[in-house]
Amino acid sequence: MALKIVKGSIDRMFDKNLQDLVRGIRNHKEDEAKYISTCIDEIKQELKQDNIAVKANAVCKLTYLQMLGYDVSWAAFNIVEVMSSSKFTYKRIGYLAASQCFHESTDVIMLTTNQIRKDLSSPNQYDTGVALTGLSCFVTPDLARDLANDIMTLMSHTKPYIRKKAVLIMYKVFLKYPESLRPAFPRLKEKLEDPDPGVQSAAVNVICELARRNPKNYLSLAPLFFKLMTSSTNNWVLIKIIKLFGALTPLEPRLGKKLIEPLTNLIHSTSAMSLLYECVNTVIAGQYWFSVGSASLSSLCVFGVVDSPEVKYLGLLAMSKILKTHPKSVQSHKDLILQCLDDKDESIRLRALDLLYGMVSKKNLMEIVKKLMLHVDKAEGTTYRDELLTKIIDICSQSNYQYITNFEWYISILVELTRLEGTRHGHLIASQMLDVAIRVKAIRVFAVAQMATLLDNAHLLTGNMQRNGICEVLYAAAWICGEFSEHLENPMQTLEAMLRPKVATLPGHIQAVYVQNAAKLFATVLKAQEGNTDSTTAQETSQLMIDRLPLFVQSANLEVQERASCILQLVKYIQKLQQKDVEVAEEVNALFAGELNPVAPKAQKKVPVPEGLDLDAWINEPPSESESEDEQPKAIFAKEEPKHSRTRHTEVDEKELARRREARKQEQANNPFYIKASPSSQKVYQDAPGVEHIPVVQIDLSVPLKVPGLPMSDQYVKLEEERRQKERAEKKKKEKKKRKEKRSGRGKKHDSGPESEEDITPAHQVDIVTEEMPEVQTNLLSSNCVFVHLYLSRPLADSEKLPVRSHRAAEAAKSPVEDGETENATSLEPKKKSSKEKREKKKDKDRDRKVRVQRCSKGRLEQQVQRIVLKNKNKLLFKNLFPPTQVYDIQGNLQDGSQVVVSVIFENKCDSFLKSMEFNVLDSLNSKLQRPEGSGPHDGLTVPFQLPPGVSNEARFVFTVQSIVMPQKLKGTLTFIVKNEDSSTHEKLDFKLHFTCTSYLITTPCYSDAFAKLLESGDLKGSSVRLEGVNMPFHHLLARICFHHHFSVVERIDSCASMYSRSIQGHHVCLLVKTVSKQQRSTREPIWDTLAMCKTADSDASVFLCCKKQNQDLKDKSVCQKTHKKLYIHIIFHFYFATF
Amino acid sequence: MMRFLLLFSRQGKLRLQKWFTPIPEREKKKIIREMTSLVLARQPRSCNFLHWKDLKIIYKRYASLYFCLAIENQENELLALEVIHRYVELLDKYFGNVCELDIIFNFEKAYFILDEFLMGGEIQETSKQIVNRCIESSDMLQEDDSSEWYEVELFG
Repeated sequence: MALKIVKGSIDRMFDKNLQDLVRGIRNHKEDEAKYISTCIDEIKQELKQDNIAVKANAVCKLTYLQMLGYDVSWAAFNIVEVMSSSKFTYKRIGYLAASQCFHESTDVIMLTTNQIRKDLSSPNQYDTGVALTGLSCFVTPDLARDLANDIMTLMSHTKPYIRKKAVLIMYKVFLKYPESLRPAFPRLKEKLEDPDPGVQSAAVNVICELARRNPKNYLSLAPLFFKLMTSSTNNWVLIKIIKLFGALTPLEPRLGKKLIEPLTNLIHSTSAMSLLYECVNTVIAGQYWFSVGSASLSSLCVFGVVDSPEVKYLGLLAMSKILKTHPKSVQSHKDLILQCLDDKDESIRLRALDLLYGMVSKKNLMEIVKKLMLHVDKAEGTTYRDELLTKIIDICSQSNYQYITNFEWYISILVELTRLEGTRHGHLIASQMLDVAIRVKAIRVFAVAQMATLLDNAHLLTGNMQRNGICEVLYAAAWICGEFSEHLENPMQTLEAMLRPKVATLPGHIQAVYVQNAAKLFATVLKAQEGNTDSTTAQETSQLMIDRLPLFVQSANLEVQERASCILQLVKYIQKLQQKDVEVAEEVNALFAGELNPVAPKAQKKVPVPEGLDLDAWINEPPSESESEDEQPKAIFAKEEPKHSRTRHTEVDEKELARRREARKQEQANNPFYIKASPSSQKVYQDAPGVEHIPVVQIDLSVPLKVPGLPMSDQYVKLEEERRQKERAEKKKKEKKKRKEKRSGRGKKHDSGPESEEDITPAHQVDIVTEEMPEVQTNLLSSNCVFVHLYLSRPLADSEKLPVRSHRAAEAAKSPVEDGETENATSLEPKKKSSKEKREKKKDKDRDRKVRVQRCSKGRLEQQVQRIVLKNKNKLLFKNLFPPTQVYDIQGNLQDGSQVVVSVIFENKCDSFLKSMEFNVLDSLNSKLQRPEGSGPHDGLTVPFQLPPGVSNEARFVFTVQSIVMPQKLKGTLTFIVKNEDSSTHEKLDFKLHFTCTSYLITTPCYSDAFAKLLESGDLKGSSVRLEGVNMPFHHLLARICFHHHFSVVERIDSCASMYSRSIQGHHVCLLVKTVSKQQRSTREPIWDTLAMCKTADSDASVFLCCKKQNQDLKDKSVCQKTHKKLYIHIIFHFYFATF
Repeated sequence: MMRFLLLFSRQGKLRLQKWFTPIPEREKKKIIREMTSLVLARQPRSCNFLHWKDLKIIYKRYASLYFCLAIENQENELLALEVIHRYVELLDKYFGNVCELDIIFNFEKAYFILDEFLMGGEIQETSKQIVNRCIESSDMLQEDDSSEWYEVELFG
């Protein structure tokens, strides 16, 4: 042995250590990969040695290589080996490597459970610490479940060093194993008052993190946190507490008032910028802004003044938050924000841009956009310029162009933007042009003129780069000119511009639009020319088309080719007709007759899905992940709304639609820009299920402004100002007339007082395409967090205890309260658990179970005894009146595989005294009531108590059972004497005992791996039952199965759960409960009374499991719920049985 | 909660990585690449905060090393800066005027210090003294172990 060690250490002297490796890598800069591959080979050799020191050294080097990006997953097992070294030095390295390299899918993690558990209970606090640290990086759901209890114990460790780590890791455990939250929470709460500040701050961190996900549960902690907040001096802890309050105040407004004072104090007193920022943030979020107004405003000013980019950035962030609630107070800082656009830091500029988006109003839109246009001109770097461009468009187009009062100005802005070189957002500009031209009818004349100029100067846009994104605008220009060609001043010139040979260099889809719209233009031109007497010009135009179109017919782009050849043939035909002096213009125009109307982006939803069409079904197999990352085709027409597109609306029912309609009407009523639809169209909309009902309102405007040439947008600022002044003046005049006052109507801005938003009327109206109400967005936080639906204040249920590792299943059934106590007692000396304690626990467990028995049978017995009373009075026969049993609970006896205990609660509900009760059951071949020795097989058992009125008591009877694999009913009678004040009568009560198969089951916890092994083993036989119409929530169903049929949940994934139980004779019973959606429903009839039957693998004994009772329960429940919910959930039970 | 901490040099060489949530290896590499290119492209003396996906990236440059910390959206950026600074202070205290080479050659020590300071994405210990003391005493423990080993080696 000694020799081996010596040999190992000699070997080691020749090994590279980490420093050598690092140095080596630095010296082999040219052939690093080669050098490292030789190093990895060496490491592989080292890992094969027995010497743990050598292994640890190798693992350490691997950790370094992992950081450099090399795959070391092959060494996972060696890492586990090093982790399990008894020496701290190596253990530390092992855990470090594990925390760097392991992830959820590392399979060796399964092997570490026991090692980690050992380390957690190590007497050396640093061993424990290192294990906890490692665990925090690679904890999996399995580890979390298995170790939750150990970690919870560590939360009360004597060393604060361990306590704080345990508290922190508990959060990770909660995430992976949400069931642990409720049992662990009381102890976590205690830690808030831990004497050690480190532990305290750890607990604050964890609770803050939890509360962020579901604040409601933590409201009760508010007083405690309030105390901490006023007493703590640790800034970092304070920040967390304030953050926590930020999450709580929306739920409890009174809290806000209480917070104002301490927050104001902190704001005034603290020198730490981070704390100040947190306070201000909370003040803003809490909306008690005005009460702390002065303080936070002044501190915001600090944000503005301090010359640190970080603080400036945060100031802007904070402002954007204020903007949502108090836009006025931010708008007053407009200049400051515009200044930030000049900042050299791009992220500050972007923040400022975000702010501007929310700040615009009708009044200042032109001014702000003008400033932005200046920035566009001098901006360096295309990304920022692109950002500016999109922002300008966003700002202008927000909420249906709400802030635009002059669309000619907007069109000229768009045209100016086309002069940007190298922007990627050509399609964005194009879609805006199209949108405005289509929806604002009054602007079309102007827009068409602008677009014609654009087409004329197309060479300026396209320049030399064919890939230039800006040429997309030509798409819009060509389309607008073609579609609204009647507004063109000189259509012939535009037609020629569109048929220039240079067009062939444009991208295919634009060429296609060119060709198509050239045809439209051609029609318009023909119409104009045929009006003239000279027919030759018309023929010349046709000739022009015939000359130029062949260029497109040769195009490589299929669509261009197709359209061009189609139109070419058409024009040739027209030419033929023209030569015969036939008037064709009318018919050619008919080709493009009709107007295109805007359609709301979500109008498609209104069209009902045809019968038998399943939109969710795949037509082809879904493409692989990598393919889905391909570029999305860019929408040219309507802006896409990616965040809404995901939600499907196939299942919106009538009621929901009606509700939305109502809500939308409400919104429309409040929207000054919405012109109410006429009642007739409203009717159509509600009745007809077609496209017609898409609500589109069109407004024709009387005064189209006409400005020739290509005007600069700046002109419009002036024009707009004049227009407004005129309007104001008119208004003033009216007022003056009314009041007969002498004040002159000078429309100077400063003396007319602030203009209110409503005063500014837009020069053009937009066709408002009504949109759907925004969909209810699921709260991301709550949906991705597993424990949102836990309620901490609810008492712990049996099923929620943390699994405790134990030799016997019985011990696992401790109640959680005792759990805590015994853990406290045993945590110091975990190995010295005396057998006495065990016995005590066992007893506790029994008591626990008894209570449960009572709970479950009480209700039923009440019923029964009430009937007794009834019978006493009415002198009826009992026999036929009794419901079949269900007045007792049957429990298997663990110690003896052939015994079951039946607990019956007797409750006297009548006014008389009951005594001399005798309980008797008619034995069957299979089951026999155990009677005291010496008594005959038909004698009854005396119930060992009497019942005064209103008293209940429990009696237990033991039955011997031969075979537990069949359900059976036992008939029995209860005889008793009813004693009144004056008389006493002898009464008899018949009953039946149902021994279902599940009454022989004993709740036994099972881990998922063991469960999986069991299923894989092939020893089990399966059978399944399908129930329809079960309508209780899935977790209720599971709870019922657990409670009434003694199963335990092994694993639950969504609406599928695997459950396990064991019979008293050791049969394994696995149960898979699945919810099946409606689509998957088979045509089979519901099976209520099916007995799941199968044969065990190695014996001939048939196993019957009677599901009847279970089903009946479910059915009862479902009947009452069926009526008001139409969705059915279908449950499938898969049973698996085995004998050992 | 913090998501990850990266240390890299001006050349974009990774010096330390700590992931507080389990992330697949491929994803890690992608993030590291993005972070280095994002942070290294920043102009000097500009704001140290970035928005990246749903996270906030807080970075700070100390000599030739960039410290880059990703926090969740609702976290406090200035606090994150303080956390980075505290870590640098701890390194400085441990190595005595720390430089990039210290971290390269003793990268495991840098991890151990970090593990005493942060855990699972939360601040574990707010007190510098306590962190230092913990590191010292675990190092002592390690030396006890190693000295035993050295004896064997000498003996051999």
